[in-house]
Amino acid sequence: MPAVSKGDGMRGLAVFISDIRNCKSKEAEIKRINKELANIRSKFKGDKALDGYSKKKYVCKLLFIFLLGHDIDFGHMEAVNLLSSNKYTEKQIGYLFISVLVNSNSDLISLINNAIKNDLSSRNPTFMNLALHCIANVGSREMAEAFAAEVPRILVAGDTMDSVKQSAALCLLRLNRTSPDLVLMGEWTARVVHLLNDQHLGVVTAATSLITTLAQKSPEDFKTSVSLAVARLSRIVSSASTDLQDYTYYFVAAPWLSVKLLRLLQCYPPPEDGAIRGRLTECLETILNKAQEPPKSKKVQHSNAKNAVLFEAISLIIHHDSEPTLLVRACNQLGQFLQHRETNLRYLALESMCTLASSEFSHEAVKTHIETVINALKSERDVSVRQRAVDLLYAMCDRSNAKQIVAEMLSYLETADYSIREEIVLKVAILAEKYAVDYTWYVDTILNLIRFAGDYVSDEVWYRVIQIVINRDEVQGYAAKTVFEALQAPACHENLVKVGGYILGEFGNLIAGDSRSSPLIQFDLLHSKFHLCSVPTRALLLSAYIKFINLFPEVKGTIQEVLRSDSQLRNADVELQQRAVEYLRLSSIASTDILATVLEEMPPFPERESSILAKLKRKKGPGNLHPDLDENRKERSANGGTADHSSTTSNAKSSPLSFVGDLLAPASTAPPTNRPRPVSSSYLLQAPLTPIPLQASAVPVLLSAGPLFQVAASPTPSTDLLGLGSTITTQNSAPPASKGTSLLVDVFSENIAAFPVETPVAVGPVADENFSSFLPNTPQVAYANATLPIAEEPEDKFVCKNNGVLYENQLLQIGLKSEFRQNLGRMYVFFGNKTSTQFMNFAASVVCQDTLQAQLNVHAKPADPTVDGGAQLQQILNIECMSDFVDAPVLNIQFRYGGTLQNVAVKLPITLNKFFQPTEMTSQDFFQRWKQLGAPQQEVQKIFKAKHSMDTEVTKAKIMGFGAALLDGVDPNPSNFVGAGVIHTKTTQVGCLLRLEPNTQAQMYRLTLRTSRDTVSQRLCDLLSEQF
Amino acid sequence: MIGGLFIYNHKGEVLISRVYRDDIGRNAVDAFRVNVIHARQQVRSPVTNIARTSFFHVKRSNIWLAAVTKQNVNAAMVFEFLYKMCDVMTAYFGKISEENIKNNFVLIYELLDEILDFGYPQNSETGALKTFITQTGIKSQSKEEQSQITSQVTGQIGWRREGIKYRRNELFLDVLESVNLLMSPQGQVLSAHVSGRVVMKSYLSGMPECKFGMNDKIVIDKQGKGGGNGCQSIAIDDCTFHQCVRLSKFDAERSISFIPPDGECELMRYRTTKDIILPFRVIPLVREVGRTKLEVKVVIKSNFKPSLLAQKIEVRIPTPLNTSGVQVICMKGKAKYKASENAIVWKIKRMAGMKESQISAEIELLPTNDKKKWARPPISMNFEVPFAPSGLKVRYLKVFEPKLNYSDHDVIKWVRYIGRSGIYETRC
Repeated sequence: MPAVSKGDGMRGLAVFISDIRNCKSKEAEIKRINKELANIRSKFKGDKALDGYSKKKYVCKLLFIFLLGHDIDFGHMEAVNLLSSNKYTEKQIGYLFISVLVNSNSDLISLINNAIKNDLSSRNPTFMNLALHCIANVGSREMAEAFAAEVPRILVAGDTMDSVKQSAALCLLRLNRTSPDLVLMGEWTARVVHLLNDQHLGVVTAATSLITTLAQKSPEDFKTSVSLAVARLSRIVSSASTDLQDYTYYFVAAPWLSVKLLRLLQCYPPPEDGAIRGRLTECLETILNKAQEPPKSKKVQHSNAKNAVLFEAISLIIHHDSEPTLLVRACNQLGQFLQHRETNLRYLALESMCTLASSEFSHEAVKTHIETVINALKSERDVSVRQRAVDLLYAMCDRSNAKQIVAEMLSYLETADYSIREEIVLKVAILAEKYAVDYTWYVDTILNLIRFAGDYVSDEVWYRVIQIVINRDEVQGYAAKTVFEALQAPACHENLVKVGGYILGEFGNLIAGDSRSSPLIQFDLLHSKFHLCSVPTRALLLSAYIKFINLFPEVKGTIQEVLRSDSQLRNADVELQQRAVEYLRLSSIASTDILATVLEEMPPFPERESSILAKLKRKKGPGNLHPDLDENRKERSANGGTADHSSTTSNAKSSPLSFVGDLLAPASTAPPTNRPRPVSSSYLLQAPLTPIPLQASAVPVLLSAGPLFQVAASPTPSTDLLGLGSTITTQNSAPPASKGTSLLVDVFSENIAAFPVETPVAVGPVADENFSSFLPNTPQVAYANATLPIAEEPEDKFVCKNNGVLYENQLLQIGLKSEFRQNLGRMYVFFGNKTSTQFMNFAASVVCQDTLQAQLNVHAKPADPTVDGGAQLQQILNIECMSDFVDAPVLNIQFRYGGTLQNVAVKLPITLNKFFQPTEMTSQDFFQRWKQLGAPQQEVQKIFKAKHSMDTEVTKAKIMGFGAALLDGVDPNPSNFVGAGVIHTKTTQVGCLLRLEPNTQAQMYRLTLRTSRDTVSQRLCDLLSEQF
Repeated sequence: MIGGLFIYNHKGEVLISRVYRDDIGRNAVDAFRVNVIHARQQVRSPVTNIARTSFFHVKRSNIWLAAVTKQNVNAAMVFEFLYKMCDVMTAYFGKISEENIKNNFVLIYELLDEILDFGYPQNSETGALKTFITQTGIKSQSKEEQSQITSQVTGQIGWRREGIKYRRNELFLDVLESVNLLMSPQGQVLSAHVSGRVVMKSYLSGMPECKFGMNDKIVIDKQGKGGGNGCQSIAIDDCTFHQCVRLSKFDAERSISFIPPDGECELMRYRTTKDIILPFRVIPLVREVGRTKLEVKVVIKSNFKPSLLAQKIEVRIPTPLNTSGVQVICMKGKAKYKASENAIVWKIKRMAGMKESQISAEIELLPTNDKKKWARPPISMNFEVPFAPSGLKVRYLKVFEPKLNYSDHDVIKWVRYIGRSGIYETRC
């Protein structure tokens, strides 16, 4: 007990404590305490008046019991009574009890506050100190509310004693920390700053702490403190060690105050006033000089104090980042510490150097220590120091030393501690990528990385390699070769197998010429690893195999044999089984062309920020200063930053997550970028030309398309992905069930258009859904196609669908595939040369007549001027709907066939309803809107005779193909059809409601359309009525 | 099976450590100390699972015995073994204390080697153990003696050696019962059961065949003389027997026949829940007078034959935690407020049956700022009565020794009934 001084007795307390200490068991202790508590309770019983001494003694015992871990629920009142005592010891115990045991007890807190107030206003400095300490120790909101105004007053009052000032400053600091909103700046702030000039160093030390905190809160108010701090600092620094008497600690003058002053200065930029600045520089130089002097004492405290000041000075130098000479000197000083005996010093030196490395002035200076740092990495015993060394190596790395540093890190990786391996792996991966001049070096590095520390290579790292290899043609062959060689090791890490499988699957053909890496050998090599791998890797390998079938038709038989084996076809894992089944089917059904298009080389990934970097940042956490500091530095030296270090930050700023990151992160819920996949479009090339046979082949294609590209997706489907998958499922499975007219391809292309990024993510079950919902549907689709009359106007034919043959004569066939999203559309036009000779001077252009020009923007991308015999030419049209329109644009085609110039003009089937977005709504909503659109010009009604048989399913399909959402159960009459949707144009959006009432007896329809725009109503009505 | 066995003192220092299996490492010793003995909260469960290792512990005064295993063992078996281990140690060196354990550590290791083999419990019969594990130095036994021990220990009747001779054939039977009760303030029985055991001390010559009979309901009903001779039958819920009892005979005929070990043994253990004679009834009356005062009145009534005397009666009336003073008035016995236990303890030396006695107390309370209400723990009671609250009666114990010439009549038999309180509580 601190409270018990020898002269003060309290024998009872001493006896009690020794009793407790002598207790043999916990039970005995509890018994003794219970007895004591009962005794105290009987003493505290209301009727007896206790003298101050015994009150103090019992309160002290209670405190002791509380500190032993027992609940105390009485005695507060007695403690509060002690506060009003005039004896120091009694008051002190009272305050101690209150500080330890006070809780926001409403009836006592006012009493306590009152007692504190009395003490604060007393002239006795000891009592004032006790009260201030209590406020600071409790530091509760109530305390802050009661005394936030009082304490500053005491702090700046002229007649306050030094020791009280000291306490008041610290008390205010504490209140500011707990409830900063209650500590208001006022006129006292200016006077607080002048405490830096106080005679008493203790006051200055306390005030510096306070000012540092307040300066962070409102820098402007305390700007004047800079000059005072510099003056004070220079006085301390220049003083002889004996000048400050009590404040000299092992021959270092006021180390704590110096450190605090230096911290305070770090709140502000370098002083602008030249004189102050010079003085500060002088101070810092003196501190650096002192570090060179031989130590005045061998005691560890002396060097600790000296180094504390030195390191704080260096932080200030780094913070100011303006004096090159100082920075270099600091760096050299730290360099000396790198080899110091003291582990702490080495740690600190490395840490400070990390920040120095990012300064333009000292970067070069830091680089001179590279050997020492590498040595530290190898020989250092303390793991945290090694960690810092890795950080520093990472920070000092630039193009000139990247190879050396990466090599060192790689070699260190083999012996590195498990805790920091992953971080090193990430760092190596980043450095290798960032400073790779030669991508073969990069590939080598990463493969080594996987070889040395495969377990610590996260998915991001190997995704990144693949991204880079795919995006850079020049490195593909080398990568394939290296990977092939690496795979030949008897035991290789699973990550290597993944990379190997992917790269060989994509670029295996580049090394197939060599007889040592013939297709069969490649395949055997990969397959020898198959059985040692986990399910996701096996899935990836299966995809690699199907790619092999495409790359090397000669191994098709072998691979099919593997796929056909029971261990694949009947694998317990659904994903593997499905892949095996689908790939086997795909390989046996599809023609070489289809295979070639489906299994085409992956398109380049969009250039994005390395996801590894993001991961490293995440790993470092917000607590780490590093990135922040980097960022800060960047801002301040915005104009002068070196290219090297800016690339880190600019990378970080400029780009969203990488592709893989997209797939992994919940970011996959972000709006899908409308990036057409070359794969989907290229195989659809065939679609309009051969609609019926396609269905047979389209089914497996469709099925495998999902999992095929999953290669790039996360092997561990997160819940997010699954959730996403389920939305696809509903999208996919619901419409086809009722959508009769739309071609299979249509559904798929919609799918692609709507979820260009997500589709590859689709995991097994989704594809499964496709499968199950498609198969029974196929005959129906075929039937629907068959019933479509050929005699239709070409334009009308396309009102309800997006794909098909637009025009055909004996020379030329024009196929269409289009997709629309809101007010934008894209149309792929395929020109098929039906002859065996080449079309020359082929040109196709789109013309929008008069008014249409303003309503519709059609932009045709230029196409090849020649079309070979039997070949196809693809042209892409980008369409933007500005406002509602009636006419259709015309496609003019000119070409030279066998010497004669051919001219064809076809109306493009771009109709207003293409910009329809279906809207689902309840019956109630529907009729409410229906009523809102009640103006006579908004409604258009048409009664017409049916041109085709009145099949409900076909009608439904047509309405859906038209673009509106078919609302079931809205109309009381079930035979009626009700639809809703929104037409998107650039300028406006037009809501549309439609109702179709068939009368089977009379073979008549009544079509009613209500939209917010009369022209739209009319146009839609015309378009739709032609369909039935 | 048991992987290891440790004995700790109250500070958690290891006194005995015996590891039987490789899956138990040295760190298991520390794990138990840190997580159980030095746990911040008192560990109440006798089984603790730490890092897929199970620790079964029992505590004897200040000594902790812990059995450790990584396997899924029968916990009841482990505890049975631990209790047996305590019995064996008591039989060898008396009270289990740190001092005794330190003084006898060689003996304990010797015992542990014998009664646990690769973690499987072996013969732990004290009598048998004492024949070959002794405390009196190394006694060079003759070949015959050694072979006799071997044949006995490995033989069919491992618990008794041949050739015992007594001048007086004597036999003591103790029926020891503890009665547990929880009663509501209104006098409703919330739960009650009796757990009892029959302890036999025999000094019989030769290899006597014994037969034990009691008023077990099934046996009585079978014999068709239920209740006829003034002997109430009782329903035994479950029972266990000493290993000497022939279970096959018990299963077939419900007769308990055995060859007893020499000296003391626990013949059977049983439990009953029906028709329990509750020796005492406690009637509490608690009245709160304002915030600072509590009046308590407790009446106890004895409920057995007036000719019998109950002994060592102790009633424990809990007091609130903020008690600042107590005044007690009682007619009989002595009552005292024990602050260290937060209870009023009322002791009566003797009390005859069908009597009544009462105590009243005034408890002064100190007003506290704690809003928690006093939980009112139940009033508990301790006593000892000279009958079996379950109603169990020993009907006969017959001794047959065909080889030696003494008959059942020559054996002097003593039967004693002692009923004790277990957890005998009444809510107030």
